[in-house]
Amino acid sequence: MKANISQESEYKDPNLDSDNKSQTNSVQYLSFALGKEEYGVDILRVQEIRSWEPVSRIPNVPFYEKGVVNLRGSIVPIIDLRERFNLKYAEYTLLTVVVVLQTSVGNKTQTMGVVVDSVSDVISVDKTKIQAAPDFGTKVSNEFINGLVSVNERMVMLLDVDKLLKLEEISQSDN
Amino acid sequence: MSIDMSQFHQVFFEECFENLESMESGLLNLDIGDIDSEVINTIFRGAHSIKGGSGTFGFTIVAEFTHVMETLLDEMRDGRRKVTQGAIDVLLGSVDCLREMLTSIQADQEVAEANVAKHKRALDMELNGVASEEPAPAKPATSPAPSASKAKASTEEFEMQEQGWNISFCPYLDLLKTGNDPVRMFRELSELGELTVTANIQDVPSIFELEPEECNISWNLIVSGSDIPLKEIQEIFNWVEGDCELDISANQVKVPKLVSVAAPEPPEEIAPIDEPEIEIKSEQLSPELKKTASTPSALATETDQSKAAVAKPSSSIRVDTAKIDALINMVGEVVITQSMLGLVGENFSMDKVAQLKRGLAQLERHTRDLQQSVMNIRMLPISFVFSRFPRLVHDTSTKLGKKIELKLVGESTEVDKAVVELINDPLVHLIRNSLDHGIEKPADRIKAGKPETGTIELKAYHRGGHIVIEIIDDGHGLDRRKLISKAIEKGLLDESAQLTDKQAFELIFMPGFSTAEQLTDISGRGVGMDVVRRNIQSLGGNIEILSDLGKGTTIAIHLPLTLAILDGQSVAVGQETYIVPLVSIIESINITEKMLNKVAGKGETFKLRNQYIPIIRMHDIFNVQPLATSKLGEGVIVVVEGQGGMCGLFVDDLLGQQQVVIKSLEANYRRVEGVSGATILGDGSVALILDVPGLVRFSNR
Repeated sequence: MKANISQESEYKDPNLDSDNKSQTNSVQYLSFALGKEEYGVDILRVQEIRSWEPVSRIPNVPFYEKGVVNLRGSIVPIIDLRERFNLKYAEYTLLTVVVVLQTSVGNKTQTMGVVVDSVSDVISVDKTKIQAAPDFGTKVSNEFINGLVSVNERMVMLLDVDKLLKLEEISQSDN
Repeated sequence: MSIDMSQFHQVFFEECFENLESMESGLLNLDIGDIDSEVINTIFRGAHSIKGGSGTFGFTIVAEFTHVMETLLDEMRDGRRKVTQGAIDVLLGSVDCLREMLTSIQADQEVAEANVAKHKRALDMELNGVASEEPAPAKPATSPAPSASKAKASTEEFEMQEQGWNISFCPYLDLLKTGNDPVRMFRELSELGELTVTANIQDVPSIFELEPEECNISWNLIVSGSDIPLKEIQEIFNWVEGDCELDISANQVKVPKLVSVAAPEPPEEIAPIDEPEIEIKSEQLSPELKKTASTPSALATETDQSKAAVAKPSSSIRVDTAKIDALINMVGEVVITQSMLGLVGENFSMDKVAQLKRGLAQLERHTRDLQQSVMNIRMLPISFVFSRFPRLVHDTSTKLGKKIELKLVGESTEVDKAVVELINDPLVHLIRNSLDHGIEKPADRIKAGKPETGTIELKAYHRGGHIVIEIIDDGHGLDRRKLISKAIEKGLLDESAQLTDKQAFELIFMPGFSTAEQLTDISGRGVGMDVVRRNIQSLGGNIEILSDLGKGTTIAIHLPLTLAILDGQSVAVGQETYIVPLVSIIESINITEKMLNKVAGKGETFKLRNQYIPIIRMHDIFNVQPLATSKLGEGVIVVVEGQGGMCGLFVDDLLGQQQVVIKSLEANYRRVEGVSGATILGDGSVALILDVPGLVRFSNR
């Protein structure tokens, strides 16, 4: 259900966003839930939202890189954000959603999917209201977090999509 | 009327390079003494289009340079000048120079003017100097006026004295079809001076026979006015040259002299007074010639470097229109089938099943055809690669003092564009090897009872799903004993090793191996053959040597036709499916415990026809949850060959053979060890394609 709602909003929002951008300082984020935490990604980076489907496993990669799927003819890696952030593992259900994100590495665009519990909303965020991320020192290292923002008394962590992908390069050398 | 010309630059450069290539191959095909006018015409046409194009785009330096070449070629074409080896070498050098100029212009760099000037000088020298080689009958000075037609360069000085020009302009019928407009040209002429136009309409047919696209009128034009340079008039007629008969003559001069465009009068006209001077020139000619003859290869390397420095802005491909038409046809068929199926599905009932099946079968056939014709678009004839080799052989054989003939067979064999691009370097290396090591010096050849001229044959043909490229030379072949002793000397081989012929020849692929007694700048450093083999294997091909001592060597390269599709064997490992490239599979066998041996308690090997082959358990190295089968006896061993080594892959089951479309994992992900790519199976899921050589390396760690 939730997935449907946000899918709709995702479709009309890019226009809205560009209008807003030219007038105000507001940026739109797609927010999603991982357990009880709420995260947001820049909506312009979101290509589509899909339901979870079984992946083909890739051998000898970090556990949070679940595998690859066929996305209309191109091979797209799927990353479990819960596992990436060392949150408790959750069973995949019908509501489990894959957010397909676009990132740019160098001058080429890469596509990857991240598994999240559910997508919740599209939020407009005033740029000036974004707080710098404090050093959590806990589960999530704040290197992927651009900042924090409070929406309706809820705290949303804004993720840096490019850094999310960059972390793969780090894990590559770990291998 | 301002058009942004830069949008056409890309096309212009592509055409120029094509023209240069055809000029080059034409020049190499020219038989000294025996002039084939068709060949000269081809070269001339190439030069002419480059000149025209560069004039239009404002690259005057190119246009001027080409003009001199054209003049020389024109004299050859008319038989007024003998085709000498010297002239050809100068022209070849100029082709290189032109290519360099165009490359620099394309890259927005400065043209190396010194170099250009050097080549231009060589051309001028050839143009004027050779005159003395002709018998030059000492005609009494029949022309009292300063010989107007002596040479292009001198025209300008005396043009200034003219009061105007008589132009007889007689276009061929198809002038209008080439996009030239006489009215426009006349308008430009009228800007130079006072223009009087007399049209000659006697050839115009009656109205019923009139073909409106044909030009039946010829004109006599008189441009009067002082100080009109001939050059400007010629420029106006630049484009129609070859499409008309054109005579431009000076007006109001006591002795009117004919000056035809781009064709100075034969050198016999030169006044005898000039003769001693020319004699000297011809003496200077030879060192200059030697210099230019040796420059091409140096130039070539320079050009290569600058090419590498320039990142290609875009890569394009020229496709035969017939192929595109076929494709469009095919798409039409698919659309029809699709709408037919849509109709069947609209009010579906069970009695329509037969119709549905028929439709699906049709769709399948059309899709396959469509796939094939799309693949076809990427196919280029191998001549794209081969056409560069005559030059290489020509230059290298001169340098080595050998007589070598290059035969090209099967140039029209088509192969994927990516393969064409990647096969060039390995082939250059192999041909250089044949030139340097394979073919003997003429004296040695005669001693061995062989014809003085050695032959290298470059042959391409299709076999199965592969293209085979063979490099066959009739040189002295590989000496098996020499190879083995060299390998032992270098410590690459154990002294007691017993090798078959094939294994002995394989030695040359080992890094650091060279049999050449002395190093040359062409080959002999012992790097290369291993790189060649690696490159070819990375294309999914293999390389094979056959050699007969004293008779010659054949090197055969087998390559897949395309890099986009691969014949694969799908295998099951646990719950997962992997694809093994069919080319690397030697055989698949069920094995029994008896054939197994443990090495040092860890590795496992099994014995296949007296050879011990290491086993790679796919479950282990890919961390797959095994099904119930974990004992070796209950699976299948797929024996594969990769990078010189054999090994057995232990899998659960063989699933079937199929053609798979290779998808890159790296596009959105990254390289994964042991995996060369991915593909999409019939059910839409992704299967990984195994990288066999990588797997062998990986398992050895």
